[in-house]
Amino acid sequence: MGVEEKVPSGFLLTSVEKLAGYVRKSSLWPATFGLACCAIEMMSTGGPRYDLARFGMEVFRASPRQADLMIVAGRVSQKMAPVLRQIYDQMPEPKWVLSMGACASSGGVFNNYAVVQGVDHVVPVDIYLPGCPPRPEMLMNAILELHRQIAGSPLGAGRVAAARAAEEAAMAAVPTSRMKGLLR
Amino acid sequence: MSEETPRTGTDGPDGTGGTGAPEDRAPEFTATGGDWKDVVEQAANLGEERIVVNMGPQHPSTHGVLRLILEIDGETVTEARCGVGYLHTGIEKNMEYRTWTQGVTYCTRMDYLTPFFQETAYCLAVERLLGITQDVPERATVVRVLLMELNRIASHLVALATGGMEIGALTVMTVGFRDREVVLKLFERITGLRMNHAFVRPGGLAQDLPPGALEAVEEAVPVLTRGIRDIEKLCNENPLVKARMQDVGVLDLTGCTALGVTGPVLRATGLPHDLRRSEPYCGYEDYEFDVVTRDSADCYGRLRIRIDEMYESLKIVQQCVDRLRGNGGPVMVGDKKIAWPAQLAIGADGTGNSLDHIREIMGTSMESLIHHFKLVTEGFRVPAGQVYTAVESPRGELACHLVSDGGTRPYRAHFRDPSFVNLQAVAAVSEGGQVADVIVAVASLDPVMGGVDR
Amino acid sequence: MSDTPRAGGPGDAEEPRDSLAVPEPGSEQVVGVRQGMFGDSGSGDTSGFSELVETVAMPGPSARPYGGDFDVVVDHLSTALREAGEDIEQAIEHVVVDRGELTLRVRAVSLPAVARALRDWPDLRYELLSGVSGVHFPSDTGRELRAVYHLLSLTHGRRLRLEVTCPDADPHVPSVVDIYPTANWHERETWDFFGIRFDGHPCLTRIEMPDDWPGHPQRKDYPLGGIAVEYKGATVPPPDTRRSYR
Repeated sequence: MGVEEKVPSGFLLTSVEKLAGYVRKSSLWPATFGLACCAIEMMSTGGPRYDLARFGMEVFRASPRQADLMIVAGRVSQKMAPVLRQIYDQMPEPKWVLSMGACASSGGVFNNYAVVQGVDHVVPVDIYLPGCPPRPEMLMNAILELHRQIAGSPLGAGRVAAARAAEEAAMAAVPTSRMKGLLR
Repeated sequence: MSEETPRTGTDGPDGTGGTGAPEDRAPEFTATGGDWKDVVEQAANLGEERIVVNMGPQHPSTHGVLRLILEIDGETVTEARCGVGYLHTGIEKNMEYRTWTQGVTYCTRMDYLTPFFQETAYCLAVERLLGITQDVPERATVVRVLLMELNRIASHLVALATGGMEIGALTVMTVGFRDREVVLKLFERITGLRMNHAFVRPGGLAQDLPPGALEAVEEAVPVLTRGIRDIEKLCNENPLVKARMQDVGVLDLTGCTALGVTGPVLRATGLPHDLRRSEPYCGYEDYEFDVVTRDSADCYGRLRIRIDEMYESLKIVQQCVDRLRGNGGPVMVGDKKIAWPAQLAIGADGTGNSLDHIREIMGTSMESLIHHFKLVTEGFRVPAGQVYTAVESPRGELACHLVSDGGTRPYRAHFRDPSFVNLQAVAAVSEGGQVADVIVAVASLDPVMGGVDR
Repeated sequence: MSDTPRAGGPGDAEEPRDSLAVPEPGSEQVVGVRQGMFGDSGSGDTSGFSELVETVAMPGPSARPYGGDFDVVVDHLSTALREAGEDIEQAIEHVVVDRGELTLRVRAVSLPAVARALRDWPDLRYELLSGVSGVHFPSDTGRELRAVYHLLSLTHGRRLRLEVTCPDADPHVPSVVDIYPTANWHERETWDFFGIRFDGHPCLTRIEMPDDWPGHPQRKDYPLGGIAVEYKGATVPPPDTRRSYR
């Protein structure tokens, strides 16, 4: 990405990580991707009662070129999925995706021909937020959790290692349908 | 920078296949940053005077995922077309696989700003199919009216707030959402949810008003009055609002009836057509309120109508509160074969089944348990036939065409959504005007894409 | 729950309950047969309820007098059609009065003439077409697809429903866009979801589904299209392939 990726590991890298993380999370600009009911709750969260501006996120950038965070708020239909991907691709790195609501996370109530069963079929998601629609406080909780994630995210060699570790963990994990759980 | 690309078979995200031979396809410019002036210059160099501009589906000013395709000549719009379907959720088909009561949870999510209207239209349709319209208890009907009118206020607030935001009046947005919070708090108190409550059920309501709710509603009325007055002060005599909205987006009575447009847009032409007066449902004939009209047929008239309708809704809310005060009664139809069996009550954790009911079905009566079980899993059966019930939603006539084949599920549920029909008028209100007026005109038609696409 | 549909409709606070006609018993139109209690077959249901057979019958034609002002409406329509050179017996297959609503089954070829008469005749004046929607009855051979038109008269305060049927093999219905421009998008939607072709529509393309979508989703032979939901240790099939009550 930038020069911060080239810093060699060590004390300097840790400090840069901390600084970069702090700065990135403090002014995360969301891209407007409000689709349905969750969009209204997202607008309410940006409204005066549940003010999202106190977390540096008031500016809902219309242009994805200027945004960091895409909050996919609402049900993604089959017709909208390519548009979603295009907007995601237009966002410059670093970018994060928050899938807000049950429909964005997994298709929600709508298990049918028209709705993509979870936007993670289309874009990589960093944090999922269930709810139908999630309350503004829940959205803020998810955003703050994402902030924590961003603040602590490694850079440079650490990022490569973290990505590899995550991939290995996912490959070794038991698939959901094979887990022993309440339905067995 | 802008670049010229020859159009290929699939252009972009919407996948509209290009038709015609490659040589007669128009050149396509993708403006990805850079100067709009360059695009216009390049287009002018071609000798083409008309440019097709695609706005959306992701765009801050299109009410949700609406794709506007405008052919512009300079600043004038020569053709305006809408691309819809980006929020199509297959709700109507999904309802065919759920019982009649479960259908409420689906239809409530269509036009997400007016969930109660959809629920009520659907439940009135089910009740008419069942033939129990007269048996729905009065308390349930009055609460339905109360919730619908509060929903009307919330919906108009969003319409005005987003409309204001689109013309740049951001304070209108914050004020509108601030007042909407008052209404959402009331909804949460009564139904448990801020949006998409599945509270109105066939036969009545899911549960009665919790204690203290009526007082909260009454206390909220003056708060809302003050809030609406704030919006009035911001908008009514604002010279910028007037300059941008007067004589913009004009659609006269002939246009409205030809296009099937109802709601504030129709009432802005002067015709006092309101289903609450012309075909009263839910006891609306007994409430005192005025049907608000203007005769300017433009965006400004629709703005004034929406504000005045909010005041009328507050009047009705106050009348509902007066009716409910001190009058108890059932909120679900008495026929145990239809009534949703859960006698819900506020339990220790907020809500749940009444303990007496659980004690009875689990401990005392096997038949009650089976009855409860069958009614919840299988649902009740509705005699075959079809009905069409219409309610006056904030956007116009919202109607439910329900076909039953005698089973436990709707055979076909179709919703005539006002936004779907009103959006057809986009071409009529914006062609010949300026590009900037398209935004204002579409905002005044107040489409909600959830209802358009269902 | 009553089995006889009662007349409950707009303004029925004044209207005595039994003054409107009901469909004649025995005239029900059989549109299909429902077999079995549970939705999914071949799922190992040993209860015996899968042997249940029930005919599905929609309300049939009503006889005069229809009650309310429905007789007046049909008489005016008869006059209007005669003025236009059409015969009401040819144009209207039957009249159903059910649950306080008037439904006219119109022959497809006569639809434009009937719509024009309903809109223009001063005593009818159904100015507003509320919507066009489709219904699919796959077992009603020869009449599988229906287009249902709802009309509202602002002048007289009446509602009316027109029903046009067409077979799956030849799903053509004349378009009423010339008469009611609002039908434009409604007919596109009905084409999109049911495959009914409206002849004379200026631009019959898909409106809700993507332009290259195959099939017509709201037909009964089109699956709901969900995916199985995975839980720990099991999967739950989508609603249309699950075992559930019909």
